This record gives sequence, structure tokens and C-alpha cells, in this order.
Amino acid sequence: MMMPKALADIFHPPATPGVLGVFGHLDATVEAIEKLKAGGHGDELTVYSPIPRHELEAAIAQPTSPVRMWTLIGGMTGCGIGAWLTLYMSYDWPVVVGGKPVGSILPYVIIMFEMTVLFGALTTILGLLFNALLASRHQGTIAYDPRFTNDKFGVFVRCGADQAGAMEGVLRGAGAEEVRRA
Amino acid sequence: MAQTGSTPTRVTYDFVTRAIANTLGNPSRGYFVLLGAAVTLLAIGITCLLFLLRYGLGLAGYSHPVYWAVFITCFVFWVGIAHSGTLISAILYLFRSGWRTAVYRTAEAMTVFAVMTAGLFPLIHIGRQWYFYWLIPYPNERGLWPNFKSPLIWDEFAIGTYFTVSTVFLIMGLIPDIAAARDVATGWRKKLYALTAIGWRGTNEQWRHYTRGYLYLAALATPLVLSVHSVVSWDFAMAIVPGWHATLFAPYFVAGAIYSGVAMVITLLVPIRKLFHLEDIITVHHFENLAKLCLFTGLIVSFSYVTENFVAWFSGNADERAGFWFRAFGSFWWASWTMNICNGLLPYLLWFRKVRTSITGLFVISIFVNIGMWFERFVIIVVSLAGEPYTHWTNANYNATWADWGIMAGSFGWFFMWFLLFVKNFPAVSISEVKEVLPPPTRAKARAGA
Repeated sequence: MMMPKALADIFHPPATPGVLGVFGHLDATVEAIEKLKAGGHGDELTVYSPIPRHELEAAIAQPTSPVRMWTLIGGMTGCGIGAWLTLYMSYDWPVVVGGKPVGSILPYVIIMFEMTVLFGALTTILGLLFNALLASRHQGTIAYDPRFTNDKFGVFVRCGADQAGAMEGVLRGAGAEEVRRA
Repeated sequence: MAQTGSTPTRVTYDFVTRAIANTLGNPSRGYFVLLGAAVTLLAIGITCLLFLLRYGLGLAGYSHPVYWAVFITCFVFWVGIAHSGTLISAILYLFRSGWRTAVYRTAEAMTVFAVMTAGLFPLIHIGRQWYFYWLIPYPNERGLWPNFKSPLIWDEFAIGTYFTVSTVFLIMGLIPDIAAARDVATGWRKKLYALTAIGWRGTNEQWRHYTRGYLYLAALATPLVLSVHSVVSWDFAMAIVPGWHATLFAPYFVAGAIYSGVAMVITLLVPIRKLFHLEDIITVHHFENLAKLCLFTGLIVSFSYVTENFVAWFSGNADERAGFWFRAFGSFWWASWTMNICNGLLPYLLWFRKVRTSITGLFVISIFVNIGMWFERFVIIVVSLAGEPYTHWTNANYNATWADWGIMAGSFGWFFMWFLLFVKNFPAVSISEVKEVLPPPTRAKARAGA
């Protein structure tokens, strides 16, 4: 089934030229990242790994994910909706029992809490999807190897044909098992 | 795992991917036998439910004042089963417990399917099932809204949130593993996993957002799991029935829920480990840790039993005393003593390392704990109502009918059917998280190996 162009642009960004290195060892991958960053190519890097590793995070030194802001905003929105839902509905059809307050905050805290968690969780997922999609739009369609979800690490460097040779040298020098141009 | 030296050295990243991806191959005869048994139970449950829908709740064993009975017992039992999944996946994640990685997926899937099962029972119990949507706050022609001071409405919000969040948590954890399965699969499975992995490739950007998102979901799920069974306990504690009206109920229920849930994880993991040949990944060390968790929560539960009996006596309240006397020595003594023996005494066997490290022993104990925890809910709900000492129908008799038992059997079929379908089609053990606790491949390690 053909995807409309607007959607295809989002989900299948155009191919990005560059060089892909396949690594069998974590420390070799870290070395390649450090060398490329020292050479001023830190912004052109994409690193693949089967699991998240602190060594890679430290070498790449990315800022903290903005997903937490989504969680915070979602949680606060949920809490507000919980408060509005319970108080508005109580006063819209007041049921007075024993002269006690129609809007009773204490039991409503339970609804507010549940709505905080519900909205916080759902916006976390939305934030995760939105940010990951935005990042893949930025990277374009980059070369990939199915072994990256198994036992290999990968480093892709965005570069033109004029720089590809130099990048291949850096990746091989750091200990890449395979290097190929995309 | 690897840190404890309990995992064989042949377990590498590649070994983990292959071993877990192999569980997704063609089902064995044993798998079909289990699935067939589950579907048969479900068919019995559906048949009984159809009769109940046609002829009404009179087919169930309700008799005054026991209007909460087997269906509500099953509801609380299944919600309780759900709890250990979130404990293992979220709370132990925040505590950075490495051993959870091999067992948390099973526990998390169990959570989702147990909540799906639990959610059926209030709907069956309400009588006119086709009006279930009256519980939802929606604008209607009568201008009526739900009563937010009622614990039953708190429960609806708590269970609804719990189901949504635990499903989201399960799916999120699955994404990197589905991608790993996609990259080694062939045929229709490759297409299925390519679609459901939603483009996961393990890039640094994906991991950056994923790990943060997972952390915040775990942080949200942790208070949620404690709140859900507390809210379930308040369904009872907010009423004045002797045996229900106690401030102890929230922690007592939460501990009991985790206790029964951990037991169910053991019950499920033992056959899965055998059926899928995962002995190198799910080791005795994991079972021992689950047993310790079972022992710890079991001790809280048995302490709660002692406390509620002591408080009933110490309060000097005649109704409380009569209620607890009826529990122990009334017409339902057999239910109470099944509960006491299975939950209060059996976990003490887990003090012995020999028992904790015996897979067969643990499997047998876990089944008795499940039986005991079902009876705990039966005792709290049915026996407390039957023993209400201040009604004209003092010490009423209650007999569950074929409709009660049939629908309860159906719920087990429903739960196991979903669980079995899940473990054959999606990774039952987390591929990426099991790798996280293995030592990463490095040049130094390769040189040492050579």
C-alpha cells in the first residue's frame, strides 16, 4: 500500500550518505566515538547498540531527554482534570448527606492521583514517540545492520563522498570489524 | 545474574538473542495440550455466563446477606495476582535489582492478563451487565454523575488506570525485544515483528528517550501499584462489616497481592522454563530470589492475620469478636483453616535454602499459596458477610453454585489462554534487559578468552 507523500516524508526520510562501522566490542565503539568527536564530527554521529550502556552515553555526552517534561505536564494536567471532574460533578448534582460537604476533597484525592498517573504515563509515551520520531527525521534514513539488535555495536557518520575515506580510516583504526559506505 | 556468577559463561549476547527468539518457533505438543486445556476451561466459563445472562443472577449462589461472593472473590484474587508484575518490573527496576531482568517480562504479561481477567468480574456481578457504562462519568439526559465518594468508583478509576499503565509498560518494554526478534526472524513472523517494532533500531537517540521514558513510567507505576490494592481494600474497609472495617486493610491487601502474585509468577515460570528450554537464562538463583520475596510478603500476611485476630479480641467489640470467632469455628471453618495453613504456615518452609532452591518444591508451594490466597479473599468476603452477628439472619449459610464455579474456571481459562498466546508470539523473557546484566564484549575480554 502506497503511503501519502506527507506521511512518507515523516516515516521514510530520504537516504543519508555516510559511512557505517560495525564493532564487536564496546570499548572499540567508545574509542571510535571519542576519535570522531575529537575530529569535530560529534554532530554527525549515530551510534547503534543492542542495549543502553553508560559508557556509550558518556562518550556521546547527549543532553537529558526532554521526555520528562512531557511526564510533568501530563501528570499536572491529569491531576487538574481529576480535581475538575470530581468537584464539578459533585456541585452539578449536589447530594447532601448528613450536612457534610458536597465537594469533599479527601476522597477526591484518590481520583486526582489516579488521573495524574494515567495522564503522566500516556504523555510519557507520546513524548517518547514524538522525540524519537523527530530525531529520526533529523538523521534521515541511515544505514543499518540487523546485528545491531543482537551482539554488535555500530557507528554511522554522516559525510559526503569527499570525507568518506578519512572516516573509514578512523573507524578501522578504532577497531571496526566491518566498514561500509552508504 | 552475571554478577552473582549464577549464569553459565556460554551465555553471551548472541546466545540470549537466539535462545529467546527460539521460543517463538513452532509450538510443541505440550504447548497445544496446555492451550487446549485453557480454551476448554474458557468454553465452560462462557457457557455458564450465557446461562447467567439469560436467567439472571439467581443462578449464582447469592443469599442474604451474602451478596458479594465468588465473583468478587475472583475479582480481588485476580487483581492481587496482577500486583507482583508491577513490583518486579517497576519497583525492582528503580532499586536496580539485576535478577529481575530474566523474570520481569513473564510477570508483566501476567499483570496485564490478570487485570483483564479481574475486570470481567465486576461486570458479571452487577447483574444488568449491559448497563456497565453507568459507572463511567458521561453526560446523560438525567444530569446524573457517579458518586465520587464511593470506593467502587475509586476502584473503577484505579483498575482502569492500572490496566492502561501496565499495558503501556509491557508494550514499551517489548519494543527493543521485538526489534531483536525481527532481525533474526523469517516469514510471517518477520513481517509481524517489523510492524510491531515500530522502527526500533537501537540508535543512541532512541535509547536516550526510551531509558528516560521507562524510568518515569516505572516511577509512576510504583505508587500506582500500592494505590490499586489499597483502593480495592477500601471497597471493604469503608463498610462497617466486622472483619472489614480495619485500617490495617490497605497494607494487608498490598502485601497479600504481591505474595499471591509472586507465587503465580513461580507457577508460570516453572513450565515455561522447561517448555522453552530457558534453563541457562532463568536459573535457580532467580527462583530463589522469587522465593525470598514470597517469604517476605508471606510473613507480612501471616503477621496481618495475627494482628486482625488480636485487634478483634483486644477491641472488646462484641461484634468484631463474634465475626472472627465465626471465621475460625463457624460453618466455614474449613475455608479459614485452608487460608491459615496455606498462607500462614507454608511460607515458613521457605526459610530453608534447600526448599528455596528446589524447583519442584517451589512449584508445589506456589500452587498452595495460590489456593490459600483465593481462600483468603473468600474468607474476607463471604465468611465475613455470612457471619455478620447483628442481622436477623445471623450466620447465614452460603453455597456457591455451578454457575459460580463454572465462571471461575472460565476465568482461569481466559487468563491462561492469553498468557500462552503471548509467550509463543512475543519474547517471554526480555532480550535486551537480560543482556544488560551480562558483562559487555570488550577487547580485553576477547584477548583473555583467546
